[in-house]
Amino acid sequence: MVKFFAKRIGVLFFTMLVVSFLVFVTFEFSSGDVAVSALGQFATKDQLQKYHEENGLDRPFLDRYLSWLGVVPDHKNKFSGLLEGDFGYSHLWRTQVNTFIWDRLRNTTMLALIAFAIIAPLSIVLGVVAGMREGSAVDRVISVFSTITTSVPEFATGVVLMTIFAAGIIMPVMLPGTSTLDTGGDWSIASQLVLPIATLTTYYLGYLVRMVRASMVEVMTRPYVRTAILKGLSFPEVVVKHAMRNALITPFTAILLQLNFLFTSVVVTEAVFAFPGFGRMIVDAALYKDVATVETATLFAVFVVVTSQIIGDFTYMLLNPRIRFS
Amino acid sequence: MSVGTIPASTISRQSRLPGWLRSVALLRESPLGIIGAFLVAFWIIMAIGAPWLAPYDPNDNDFDIGIIAPPSAIHWLGTDDQARDILSRIIWGSRIVLTIAPMATLCAYLVGCAMGLLAGYYRGWVDTTLMQVCNVILSFPVLLLYVIIMMKFGPSALNIVVAVTFVASPQVARLVRSQTLELREREYVAAAKMRGEPAWYIMLVEILPNARGPLIVDACLRMGYTAITIGILGFLGLGLRPPDPDWQLFFGGVAEKDLHQGARKHDRVV
Repeated sequence: MVKFFAKRIGVLFFTMLVVSFLVFVTFEFSSGDVAVSALGQFATKDQLQKYHEENGLDRPFLDRYLSWLGVVPDHKNKFSGLLEGDFGYSHLWRTQVNTFIWDRLRNTTMLALIAFAIIAPLSIVLGVVAGMREGSAVDRVISVFSTITTSVPEFATGVVLMTIFAAGIIMPVMLPGTSTLDTGGDWSIASQLVLPIATLTTYYLGYLVRMVRASMVEVMTRPYVRTAILKGLSFPEVVVKHAMRNALITPFTAILLQLNFLFTSVVVTEAVFAFPGFGRMIVDAALYKDVATVETATLFAVFVVVTSQIIGDFTYMLLNPRIRFS
Repeated sequence: MSVGTIPASTISRQSRLPGWLRSVALLRESPLGIIGAFLVAFWIIMAIGAPWLAPYDPNDNDFDIGIIAPPSAIHWLGTDDQARDILSRIIWGSRIVLTIAPMATLCAYLVGCAMGLLAGYYRGWVDTTLMQVCNVILSFPVLLLYVIIMMKFGPSALNIVVAVTFVASPQVARLVRSQTLELREREYVAAAKMRGEPAWYIMLVEILPNARGPLIVDACLRMGYTAITIGILGFLGLGLRPPDPDWQLFFGGVAEKDLHQGARKHDRVV
């Protein structure tokens, strides 16, 4: 067990290193120049040159990467990199990444975890209930419902929810239409989170419900379920003890994949509600060619991705004792 | 307890039909399936018959009516921000969505299944290496990946397929791997091993067909998500070049004006 986790934590750090290098390489070889983004289209060559020199962008590629890591000194001859706890300078926000990344991280974690805490159990319950009696009325209702919510893109869901609850046209204004997480107004943070989370839940729930349902339907036709029914176990007991354990292995992977997704890619929902999270920050920074911000965000993403895989593998072992990772 | 059983009469009635018709006949079992089949058939007919069915050229601007005109007898669904007929653009756009989304999903599945099967079946260093690759891709924020691929190689139908394959295959690989991990411990796999079947046979003939349930569901839903993603790429200015009529162009101003069209277009997606 200790070896299982030790090995995977080693893998975590290795992946972080590989990913951070790849991100640097990608930025190096993609078109665009951060100096142009910072100074504007009409900056002269000299101005661009000066910006490059002042920010140490004129140094060779490896030099910049290693100094960002903190193993060689930067252009000011100072060790200030990842190893020293410094994520670097963000050209887009014109400040150190450390100054704003923790706020963003907290916001995104809050949004992702709350949404996940709603989506995961709800999808398992709905999926199992729908799948345990294929073709029943309950199954039909859940299936149709999940198909519809998944078919409507999240910006449409977001705007519809906003129109209903926040615009004051259909109903009196009950919730704020944006969630900038600014408590200066009349709305508490909790009330600002309701609509974004409802949007995410509506959009991603259907997919998981259908995954769990498909898996459950299949398991319910297996011989051991028939045996369990025939030997006189009550139906809830058959479902919970015999069917669910086996039905949850594949959906569990899908559920954990959602966590990755919620953490890094809720760009659209963030844009609709002006939510200060990771997704939009990454896209903005990427388009600006602000490498330090993207690097930092990606490191946190690696952590989430690898952790979700460790949890996944560990849970497979719990769900099915025949699976063993030596 | 009728757990997933089909009445014997249905089976005997269907067995007289040729194979592919029998699977079509199975649709009768599910009203939901019939509705879905009709929706898909509807859009396929729209896509094939676009030159005849679309009332206008999708790129013609009708400035007599003006931009963002509401639905009327002349333009059934109104006009967009460049005074083009929305109905025609939806009909022509269905061609692109109906080809790119299935193609991209298919490619993602070819790559993802190969990776997942190899990782789950061989485990050990094969598993570690392949899952490392997957984790690296998964750690990249999805949209950033699209942005990079599109900026680097330019927006085209092929590149959208490549981008979606690149982004989705690790997810498929993880799904297939988790299934394989479980299925490789089954008796029939052990039996196949005893018979001396080669590894590829066990993976493709014994394991993959038994893993199909969740994979089919995932593939279908993924196709829907892909169609939406193509729209989001357009929203970010990374999709197909403007003259091509696809559904993305409605997304740009969805918040202000195109909400209704946006929602309607996607009713069919899944």
